[in-house]
Amino acid sequence: MADSGSSNPLMLGSQQQAGGGSVDPDRMYREFAKGIWKENPVFVQVLGMCPMLAVTNSAINAVAMGAATAFVLVFSSIFVSLLRSFIPKQVRISTYIIIIATFVTVADMALKAAFPVVHKDLGAFISLIVVNCIILGRQEAFASRNRPLYAVADAIGMSIGFAFALLCLGATREILGSGTLFKYPIMGSNFQPWVIMILPPGGFLMLGMILLVFNWAGQTRAKRRHRADGEANAGGEVGSAS
Amino acid sequence: MPPLAPNDPSRPTVSSPSSSGGGSPPPSPELLLKAGPFLRKGVTTPRLMVDVILGLGPVVLAAIYFFGLSAILIILAATAGAAFTEFILPPGGQPRGRSLKDGSAVLTGILMGLCLPPAIPMWMAFLGGAAGIGLGKLAFGGLGQNLFNPALVGRAFLQAAFPQAITTWSSQGTVAEFSTIRPSNFALPFMQPPPPVDTITTATPLGMFKFEGQAESLNNLLVGNTAGSLGETCAILILICGLILAIRRTFDWRIPLSILATVGIFSLILWLLNGERFATPLHMLTSGGLLFGAVYMATDPVTSPIAPRGTIVFGIGIGLLVVLIRNWGGLPEGVMYAILLMNAATPLIERVGQPRAFGRTEGGKAVAS
Repeated sequence: MADSGSSNPLMLGSQQQAGGGSVDPDRMYREFAKGIWKENPVFVQVLGMCPMLAVTNSAINAVAMGAATAFVLVFSSIFVSLLRSFIPKQVRISTYIIIIATFVTVADMALKAAFPVVHKDLGAFISLIVVNCIILGRQEAFASRNRPLYAVADAIGMSIGFAFALLCLGATREILGSGTLFKYPIMGSNFQPWVIMILPPGGFLMLGMILLVFNWAGQTRAKRRHRADGEANAGGEVGSAS
Repeated sequence: MPPLAPNDPSRPTVSSPSSSGGGSPPPSPELLLKAGPFLRKGVTTPRLMVDVILGLGPVVLAAIYFFGLSAILIILAATAGAAFTEFILPPGGQPRGRSLKDGSAVLTGILMGLCLPPAIPMWMAFLGGAAGIGLGKLAFGGLGQNLFNPALVGRAFLQAAFPQAITTWSSQGTVAEFSTIRPSNFALPFMQPPPPVDTITTATPLGMFKFEGQAESLNNLLVGNTAGSLGETCAILILICGLILAIRRTFDWRIPLSILATVGIFSLILWLLNGERFATPLHMLTSGGLLFGAVYMATDPVTSPIAPRGTIVFGIGIGLLVVLIRNWGGLPEGVMYAILLMNAATPLIERVGQPRAFGRTEGGKAVAS
């Protein structure tokens, strides 16, 4: 990433850079796609566990949380990326937090005005987006070192990955815990709800199981690839593969 | 050469090939170095599990006698759930079905079934067995790796998931009703049991005492003529089976003894302080799942300490927690949570009473273990 890691203090913003270097659409796509699956913030990086466990007792809450986080992540990435050459290294974390907190306040007020019921369900967890490691992590690891367009692609990908994980957990817990999905009954009237699933222990249990399935799938895939590589290299030296 | 102490791992056997080669082709002229232990009892895991299952036999028969065919169905469903999970998710990359042969999953299933109420739907019993083995054992890496007693993990899962079904106690049937199966046993998977029409629900002796202040007669408690989980009602039978298992050294007698002694002494003190508020020590000892838990659940060799002094600490902890939960907790019964909590403390307790390492340093000080 030597081409984009800007250390030149004179490069100020997107306009100048867009004029300076052309945007590589392949790289745009790569930065976007990696957050959805390959570097999924929840299933692979295991970040953002607090909202993951706390607000996923129904699918609607999960979607609202995913949308609010996406809003904050995308806009703070843009601003951090634009301001990256102005932010002194020593105070960068607090600067990021101030930028993030601004957008969290916007999201909090907007949600309160538009969907008061959902806002009440999510409670303090909207404000707690400020300390979501995914957001701070993307600023530190990506937005502060890349041009705004790439930062936006990365932020959108990560947001989709996070929202997808939230929805997985929220939908499973709502179906088992209340027999409904998006408040629509799908398990019949005589369904026996599993009380544990809408309680905190159910969150830990389901998250553990989902992580288990993802790790298992990843390992199986890696094993298959390893075997395929081994067959491809079968003619060459044998002991070198590690 | 003098005979070595049989359990002394610090002294290797050094034997020359001429003395140890018994008819085998002449070995190479090197010294053979062997580490202890040198004497083995020959007890294998399957053998131990079969021992406990046989020791459970009378309790299972009593459950069937008291609760009729429902008991058979529930125990079978729980065992099927446990065995099925062990079969489809083999631990540690073993071939499918190998870990089933040691019998531990079947034992977990039977224990799990015995601590369920008689009117619970069969699918819940199956799910409990599956959750116990899956979450309580296989998630940790299989037999010997688990922190918590798998049967109690399954029971705790059901308690948290279906708090109503697991605290609906139907009374014992008469002999004539032996073959009538409680209709709620046949609730469809994931569905609620039909509303109780012909089963009579009642409270367990502990519930009666806690919420209504009535103590069950000691005779009924000893014989088992009360409501409760399938296997926990008959105090005398559990005591006899436990005594036989203890004499056969299937489990460490210190664990149940220290649990029961702690509960007895603690509740005696409370009863002497306030005889109206607290139950008599005999009522405490013989009611609920205390005896069943102390004999069959707390003694699980995987989840209890090994060192003798540690087992006593473990037992005292369980006893104290049982009395605390029963008297001041929200639930009438607390044996399950007491044992699970002390299971979690077992690695810590294990540090108590470890034997000292053999030998001394050059300065004459004992070797730190």
